Amino acid sequence: MSQLSVEHLLGIKYLNKQDIDLIFQTADHFKEVINRPIKKVPSLRDITIANLFFENSTRTKLSFELAEKRLSADIINFSAGQSSVKKGETLIDTVNNILSMKVDIVVMRHPNVGAGVFLSQHVDAKIINAGDGTHEHPTQALLDSYSIREKLGSVTGKKVVIIGDILHSRVALSNIFALKMQGAQVKVCGPTTLIPKHVKSLGIEVEINLKKALAWCDVANVLRVQHERMDIKYFPTTREYKQLFGINKEILDSLDKKIVIMHPGPINRGVEITSDVADADQSIILNQVENGVAVRMAVIYLLAQQIKR
Amino acid sequence: MYICTPNYVWKTHLMSSKLLLNSTEIHIILHRLACQLIENHNDFSETVLIGLQPRGVYLADRLSQILKDDYNIQGINSGHLDITFYRDDFRRRDAPLEANKTSLNCDIENKNIVFIDDVLYSGRSISAALSAIQSFGRPNIIELLVLIDRRFSRHLPIQPNYIGRQIDVINNERVIVHWKEKDGKDAIHLIPND
Repeated sequence: MSQLSVEHLLGIKYLNKQDIDLIFQTADHFKEVINRPIKKVPSLRDITIANLFFENSTRTKLSFELAEKRLSADIINFSAGQSSVKKGETLIDTVNNILSMKVDIVVMRHPNVGAGVFLSQHVDAKIINAGDGTHEHPTQALLDSYSIREKLGSVTGKKVVIIGDILHSRVALSNIFALKMQGAQVKVCGPTTLIPKHVKSLGIEVEINLKKALAWCDVANVLRVQHERMDIKYFPTTREYKQLFGINKEILDSLDKKIVIMHPGPINRGVEITSDVADADQSIILNQVENGVAVRMAVIYLLAQQIKR
Repeated sequence: MYICTPNYVWKTHLMSSKLLLNSTEIHIILHRLACQLIENHNDFSETVLIGLQPRGVYLADRLSQILKDDYNIQGINSGHLDITFYRDDFRRRDAPLEANKTSLNCDIENKNIVFIDDVLYSGRSISAALSAIQSFGRPNIIELLVLIDRRFSRHLPIQPNYIGRQIDVINNERVIVHWKEKDGKDAIHLIPND
């Protein structure tokens, strides 16, 4: 197979295993490209991409922008804070105005769940979901799986625990879909108040003891506590969270194996993960960032392939 | 009969396929091409042989092996170059393009490059390769070696420096090169397009 089965990347749940394999094979080639002296290919020189970020973002936006530039696409950037959205314009009106400037692909982050799906039904462009509320963040899950595959050779059969604020995390949900699709065993670990009620219906287990979860896993994907999405108190204090769910060198040294540590960023050093763990040789956090560019290049390239002139 | 290549399944009738070169003839041609390379590149210390993916790599690897085994030239710099992301027909073809691996582990700055491909047809692949190689540095010179040169079919002003065999073929015929490593035996066939 050399073509995606989907017309947009709205979420991992819309993909199949062959799609993920194709994205990873293509990302392998782009990873080689971005390590050349000249890290650019001309494939998308007649494609225009709009990056619409209705929510704050640093690394995802930069990563998408760099991926698009490495593919030679023309780019327009849009942030909700500086736009007519503040004047009451609807999402479809905003996007249609941008599309009338002959935009081929829209990369969108939006605070509302399902914004990408809604947009794909109403506008004539390829949509890439860069995060929709607490729903999905498909490219993050793809780059996480790609990084596990790079580090451990394969995702199939690996034991992965996702630790932290599962309730508010789109990274967690997309990761669960992606890892399960590739045959990994998945557990989530965190305060019970931050674990969604029906999470077991996704075929995963819940472990509330951090030490047991770490002893079980090959890979620990550590998530940030998303204070900005919390309207009530989910745990008493940050100090207590750190004591029960913070990963430090001492707890890792007490394990009889060396597990892989991941974090999608931004890191709250000293809360969910200590500095010495984040910077340890078993941490692949910076590899995730590099792989993010290659994986996003692959996704954009494969979707652009479907646009016929 | 079905002839399998990495990207295509060629449906053809045995009767309509014409053998252009057999394995003995290919063997002789490869040795002649190796000798021509030695004439121009001496000890190959400043030369890099680059096989173009997907089918040129077999020819490049074979020539490197002949130079090493039969002419005792050691330490030949070689690599494989994929041109998929540099092609000018991206999104213009019915079948999507599939990328292959690029492996170029030597510095090409100021080196004498020899692009190696099995069949030269329109010249567009070579044009893409000329763009692709610039991502790795600025070579001194770039030459082109092909096993089969399809005359009178060029879309671009590109001519090879080393030619295995020059043939005149009408546009709706295809030249298929089979390699022992991939297809079980060395042979070059001419088949009609469906």
